[in-house]
Amino acid sequence: MHEFGIANSIIDAVSVEVARIDNGARVVKVAVKIGDLSGVDAEALRFSFNAIVADTDLAPLELEIERLPHRRRCGDCSNEFDVDTTVFDAACPVCGNVYTEFLAGYELDIDYLELEEL
Amino acid sequence: MKRVPLKQKVLNENDRIAQKLRALFARQRILALNFVSSPGSGKTSLLEQTLMRMPDDLSAVVLTGDIATDKDAERLLRYGTAKQITTGGSCHLDARMVDKGLEELSIENMDFLFIENVGNLVCPAGFDLGEDAKIVLLSVTEGDDKPLKYPNIIVRSDLVILNKMDLLPYVPFDEQAVLTNARRVNPRIEILKTSCTSGEGIDDWFRWLRRRLETFRSRVQELN
Repeated sequence: MHEFGIANSIIDAVSVEVARIDNGARVVKVAVKIGDLSGVDAEALRFSFNAIVADTDLAPLELEIERLPHRRRCGDCSNEFDVDTTVFDAACPVCGNVYTEFLAGYELDIDYLELEEL
Repeated sequence: MKRVPLKQKVLNENDRIAQKLRALFARQRILALNFVSSPGSGKTSLLEQTLMRMPDDLSAVVLTGDIATDKDAERLLRYGTAKQITTGGSCHLDARMVDKGLEELSIENMDFLFIENVGNLVCPAGFDLGEDAKIVLLSVTEGDDKPLKYPNIIVRSDLVILNKMDLLPYVPFDEQAVLTNARRVNPRIEILKTSCTSGEGIDDWFRWLRRRLETFRSRVQELN
């Protein structure tokens, strides 16, 4: 349960960016990307984010979460595929090779802010 | 609405400190290893054995993390140099805690820095501590499906140590299944088997440490 700290880091990053832009425009949304292997639970993150942001000058601020799949590549047939995290079968769905290479899924990134037009 | 791209990692502050630590470890030529496992898999026991049996030509210091108490450091101090990091509730170590822990622990002229993370297979996965490698301990009293249930830590680790091998005859643990499952998640992962009670596999562990240290030193030699 480290989503509270993650939420804090996101809010800090937004505050820094708002101070940098410094044109009085309100931020209405922050969008983040979370990989399936990031170890972050989207609902716990949303819960923490809402609890923290409510006590800041940024409130109300919407959090948009985009989940990114755990992606792998088969060394035998070069097929690239997404892994269903609920069953975690990392085998290649095309040729059945079980020893496939990790490609992506660790993302824990802030993508963009949405600001009111002045 | 106006969209402002803000392409940055949420943990960029942690990653920045981790990179600073990595550079420090390279300059000091010290191999830093991050030990991760569930609570009770035997991280502290393995480190006790490692310090106790450390060959004369090698040296190590330990940073050990727990939510509360300094019991692990107390155990380790009987065999070598150790410093406790008490996280005060946090479920993982982060780079800042390691950086701070090193203020009171000299790593000069040392071969190894062992960082014992908080017992947890989930949260430590995302936090780079500047280590050369993450090592996952699994014990035979845990399920053999652990690598599939906690893939995020296995994918990022270089070695699985299967510990408590002396208990294997007494538990329904399929050794082959855990090895297959670990390699399904990370085909390149290395696997060692140990018992801190019988001493099984400890020689293999020291061979792994020596080999890793040599590889690390020849790599940083080129950088320095």
